[in-house]
Amino acid sequence: MKIERPLSHMFLASAVVLAGAGSVAADELNLYTSREPGLVDPLLQAFTESTGIKVNTVFLKDGLAERVASEGASSPADLLMAVDAGNLADLVDKGLTQPVDSEVLTAAVPENLRDPGNQWFALSMRARVVYAAKDLDLDAITYEDLADPKWKGKICIRSGQHPYNTGLISAFLGHHGAAETETWLTGLKANLARQAGGGDRDGAKDILGGICDIAVANSYYVGLMRSGKGGDEQRAWGDGIKVVLPTFKDGGTHVNISGAAVAKHAPNKEQAVKLLEFLVSDEAQKIYGEANYEYPVKAGAALDPIVASFGELKVDPTPLTEIVKNRKEASELVDKVGFDN
Amino acid sequence: MGKTRPLRLRAGGWVLAGLVIAALVIAPIAALFWQAVQGSDGLWSHLGRNVLPHALGQTAILMTGVGVLVAGIGTSMAWLVTAYDFRGRRVLEWALLLPLAVPTYIVAYAYLDLLHPLGPVQSAIRTVLGYDSPRQFRLPDIRSMPGAIVLLSLVLYPYVYLPTRAMFMTQAANLVEVARTLGTSRRHIFWRVAVPLARPAIAVGISLALMETLNDIGASEFLGVRSLTISVYTTWVTRSDLPGAAQIALAMIVLVVALVSLERWARRHQRYSISAQRARTFAPAPLRGGAALAAFGLGFLPVLFGFIVPATFLAVEAWKRFQFAGLSDRLLIEARNSFVISAAATVAVLLCGLVLAYGARAFPQRAMLAAQRVSTLGYAMPGTVLALGVLIATASLDRLIDRTAQEWFGLSTGLLLMGSGVGLGYAYLARFLAISVGSIEAGLARIPRSFDQAARTLGQGVTGTLWHVHLPLSKAAIAAAGLLVFVDCMKELSATLLLRPLNFETLATHLYGEAARGTYEEAALAALAIVAVGILPVVLLARVGRKP
Repeated sequence: MKIERPLSHMFLASAVVLAGAGSVAADELNLYTSREPGLVDPLLQAFTESTGIKVNTVFLKDGLAERVASEGASSPADLLMAVDAGNLADLVDKGLTQPVDSEVLTAAVPENLRDPGNQWFALSMRARVVYAAKDLDLDAITYEDLADPKWKGKICIRSGQHPYNTGLISAFLGHHGAAETETWLTGLKANLARQAGGGDRDGAKDILGGICDIAVANSYYVGLMRSGKGGDEQRAWGDGIKVVLPTFKDGGTHVNISGAAVAKHAPNKEQAVKLLEFLVSDEAQKIYGEANYEYPVKAGAALDPIVASFGELKVDPTPLTEIVKNRKEASELVDKVGFDN
Repeated sequence: MGKTRPLRLRAGGWVLAGLVIAALVIAPIAALFWQAVQGSDGLWSHLGRNVLPHALGQTAILMTGVGVLVAGIGTSMAWLVTAYDFRGRRVLEWALLLPLAVPTYIVAYAYLDLLHPLGPVQSAIRTVLGYDSPRQFRLPDIRSMPGAIVLLSLVLYPYVYLPTRAMFMTQAANLVEVARTLGTSRRHIFWRVAVPLARPAIAVGISLALMETLNDIGASEFLGVRSLTISVYTTWVTRSDLPGAAQIALAMIVLVVALVSLERWARRHQRYSISAQRARTFAPAPLRGGAALAAFGLGFLPVLFGFIVPATFLAVEAWKRFQFAGLSDRLLIEARNSFVISAAATVAVLLCGLVLAYGARAFPQRAMLAAQRVSTLGYAMPGTVLALGVLIATASLDRLIDRTAQEWFGLSTGLLLMGSGVGLGYAYLARFLAISVGSIEAGLARIPRSFDQAARTLGQGVTGTLWHVHLPLSKAAIAAAGLLVFVDCMKELSATLLLRPLNFETLATHLYGEAARGTYEEAALAALAIVAVGILPVVLLARVGRKP
């Protein structure tokens, strides 16, 4: 008997999953997310509390599109949640989504932050910013400046192939074209204090560790560090730096998004749309700010005080759809200049 | 005539089973092949110009470095605890296996933190030297190729140590006795007798360690090493080019297969089994005083750096976290999920491994040998890529079942295989079969052929011989294989992430979910749990291994 127990648990679990996958009537929905559970859970809890709809989740890092595509018409997936506009566009390109006709969504999410055919909607924004050593005399900087030889040996950044960086490089391509972008990347590479790699927080940590003076990283990490949610050690990293919102010379600050789309074969479409609408509600937008220090997509939603302290965000006007198109070229340029080597 | 027929029938059963298993491993690779031929415009010219020159060089340096280090540490430690007797040897015997419990991505993260300019080591050095800022004094960055080689070797050497020690313990005994009678010194015995005899075990160990190296993404990412695996990953994820990624991955398999075949070809004329007389136990030379202390110190080093340091780091971080946020009950459920799926997969992997290893011994026909070779392919490709192949293969079957059920019974089954975790177990099987086949094969190779013949003469069939002769004699090797597979399943990340059912978190996916958003501290408890669970089978194995 003892031996059989775990097995019976497994069958029970699978039966529950199957039931969830097969039935439409049950008041629940299935979420495939490439956003980390730690970020999504507070939102889902609030949703379940206010609607009584249960959310089954699976967190996938890469391969969200491949999984849904392979599962085809049998897929239990209702809502697909992803970071980076490129990943959302991929879902649409592969025919895995369906349009959503909802006034709540179109009213809350500005036009430049959703798919033209309403296949996906942005739910939060993050800016690609510069962290600088606290005592450094630096109040403003452009992305173009990062290639200036005066920063030689002073910049930290993660792998050029990371979506956060290919997004930024794609935007650069949109502003300046391929030749100039290649020169810029070569210049930036020459300025690196260490090999490109690690995560965005390592930038702050390495500034404090004396390895570099400035680092390119996402805005919300500062909130996570400074709030003390990661413990005292990280508060020290966050307090050891200041945030400068860089801009393009002829534009604004590069932002990327997290968002979601309803799956083409969603068995519980109605519930999926309900969750989407909940995620752009004032309540949920506030959680996005508080739990992860992101910028809300809904106009007028309040910023977290830490995020507000970075100064006013002037979003670069390059449309997300154009950034998405340049992704492959950006990635190949990274290889070409040997950015990560 | 009456005698050959039943024998051939039984051979048919074994060969058929072997071919089915091989087909299971081939299916995901075939799915990838199908992806690869969809074509990817301009991929290879881009790779050839901009990526391969660097990535190939880096991969070669990494593999050579790790190969040399794991062979050196693994073989010398196996010899140390077999050939010499000193205080603490019994403890070292199993303690040397402990680094197996530490995944590469965890060891990389731990040392990155410990050796960072802000970490305890450099802070202490600065205090001693009287500097007050890391801007005045810093040690070289560990995020480098040498750093990666050393860190990976620290946790991968047990792959060599484990089979090599088993080989030394049983196999070498007789011949070492002979060599000693002839007046050969211990050092010479090591180089001239023990190492050549243990070569199959060392080779299997090195190839396992190298394939782990080749498949590693987490540690390489942390340490800034741009290997081929990273190129596969970039092609797929950043450029959304699955066909391209599949092409590179398949090219890598060809490379690995070539390497493994080369090694087998190099020792094609050698036979390694001992004579039928009762194997003597190895009589180790006693060491006393300073020599004993030095021996213990030497054997303790890999344990210290491969296990104690990273595990202590995790324990301290986990304790800090525990005080800060308490223990979540999710952790228990995740631990159970990890354990159940890993244990189930281990049983399947061992059974299939036994069929292939023993089948190829009993019926060394072309089909059986081919099935055995093919079955190890899954281990030779990056876990993420293999997982994609499994996904495509399993989900297609699932859809077929669903459609059929709807047509025949008007009832939707949903995703039967994916939804129940069978898809995930399948991925573990396809990936880790190489470990069990390799280890069991090495164990069986030590059993003299004359035993098979004797058992047959006494009226046992092929299966009876396995049951009464080979299983009891290769118990230790099978247990070793089970241990390696189980711990590997517990640590496995990429397939687990991609293929698990809804609401099914394991320790590894939890850990990854936190690490991916940079909140490593949240993951310390899960990481510690993975390491702790990994210790259990190590201890179990040590007990089995003691009475070979």
